[in-house]
Amino acid sequence: MFSGFMVHAWQAGTLVALVAGVVGFFVVLRGAAFPAHAIPNGAFAGAAGASLLGASPTAGLLLASLLGALGIDLLGRRAKHDVATALVLVVMLGLGDLFVSQVSGDAEGIYALLFGSLFALPSVTPTLVLSVVCLALVVLVARPLVLSSTAPELAQVRGVPTRVLGLVFLALVALVTTLSVPLVGALLLFPLLLGPAAAAQLVVRRPLGAMVGSVLLSLITVWASLVLTYRTSWPVSFFVGVGCAGWYLGARVVVQLQRRSGGRS
Amino acid sequence: MHVLFAPGLTTNPAVANALVLGVVVAIVAGVTGTFAIVRNQAFAGHALTDVATTGGTAASYAGASSLLGFLVAGVLGGAGIELLGLEDTKRRDLATGVVLGAATGCSALLLSLDLTGGSTSNVTQTILFGSIWSVPSSTTTTVAAVGFFALVVVGIFARQLTLTAVSPELAAVAGVRLRLLGLCFIATLAVSVALVAVAIGSILSTALLIGPAACAFKLTDRLGRAAGLAAGIGALLTSLGIVATYDLDAQLSKPWPVSFVVVSLVLLAYLVCSMPFVGRLASRVGR
Repeated sequence: MFSGFMVHAWQAGTLVALVAGVVGFFVVLRGAAFPAHAIPNGAFAGAAGASLLGASPTAGLLLASLLGALGIDLLGRRAKHDVATALVLVVMLGLGDLFVSQVSGDAEGIYALLFGSLFALPSVTPTLVLSVVCLALVVLVARPLVLSSTAPELAQVRGVPTRVLGLVFLALVALVTTLSVPLVGALLLFPLLLGPAAAAQLVVRRPLGAMVGSVLLSLITVWASLVLTYRTSWPVSFFVGVGCAGWYLGARVVVQLQRRSGGRS
Repeated sequence: MHVLFAPGLTTNPAVANALVLGVVVAIVAGVTGTFAIVRNQAFAGHALTDVATTGGTAASYAGASSLLGFLVAGVLGGAGIELLGLEDTKRRDLATGVVLGAATGCSALLLSLDLTGGSTSNVTQTILFGSIWSVPSSTTTTVAAVGFFALVVVGIFARQLTLTAVSPELAAVAGVRLRLLGLCFIATLAVSVALVAVAIGSILSTALLIGPAACAFKLTDRLGRAAGLAAGIGALLTSLGIVATYDLDAQLSKPWPVSFVVVSLVLLAYLVCSMPFVGRLASRVGR
């Protein structure tokens, strides 16, 4: 279980869980579940386009997810945010559909991007580099981003550039997309961005504590899923998807119980 | 004539069927989408297509009718989203995401079981991209029937939905049962997007749900008028897209997907409707 191809899977899975736990904290803080779904799914168009042109799929993913983030930000200034996100998502999926239809031969490799290929990884170096970049960016913007996400008016009064930070946040989602999607697929990244962070924020009030909780739950989810996948040969996405929903539901139950016992005393 | 329209456009039964299906679907999606946008449920409208797809896959894996699976999963998922996300929009989008994540996880499991079982089905790909050309005309009838039902339900609740959109507190005072109304609406939304997705794919389902309604809201603030406009814009864009794709088909070595053409038209229409002078013009006409 800790040899051969599994070593890379463990290393890459741990990196993805770490970064997704951190970025997911901000996703939940901003209630940005829809962009966190749209950017990874839409970025598929970039990979499809890259494979059509014979370019590197990672470059395609990065470009497409950054463009998607920019599109959501620009359209979102003059419309409801969820409407802007939906429009950008369908445009990107439509482009992906076009690119796939123009690729000659089979498009298996492109579809693999929906699910990822954690167990066929040649090297973890690119993932490591992207993870470090992503985490460094988080460290740079963490404090103002927390403020502008929880109290936008106060942040503006204090001269925090909330608009730029909104774009930086979407760029973070784009980065985590680029580093994770080739490994775990768009289907797996999204629950990992939401479930652990949402559960942690329900139970822990302080930002730093909630972020640490989010990372821990995210790591536990990925590690447990890897073990279970190794044992059962069921897909990782299943364990991660169901596990993340489980954290959230569990946290809701805990909060309900606390509220009830608090009401009685 | 042949310069503008490829030969066979008016005689090809596949084109006729696609046009009828496209228009029906666009009208239903435009009307439900208008209410989905005012209720801040654009994400739910998109997510329910995937949740329903999981149900369809599960049903076909279990040997049951996949249409039934679609509807049951859609309604259950909708109820889950509504009940988990009662408090506020922020919470509701998170709840939607959690339900969606669990559903896609199950979907991946079903697909892998199916693949390792031997029969190579491409349910996800078919649902994601769909094909409006190859829809049997019996499906068109089902979609039309269920679409009509969805429109009737939205029509019955239209006043209450409008009041709730303006002010939930006022609606509660006026005797609207908010939770029941929310459940009824999301069930209708689930049924309509599930059917649209099974017919023409989830890209177009989301595009037609949100795009035309978003255009309509750029032109008018009144809900009833927006719903009508959205249905009209959606029907127009879909028919244009189908005809254009058919035309392009004759000239390209590899055909372009309808989804891309329609989505491009939707984006174009939205950008045009967003221009300031179009909004001014619309408000003058509306008066």
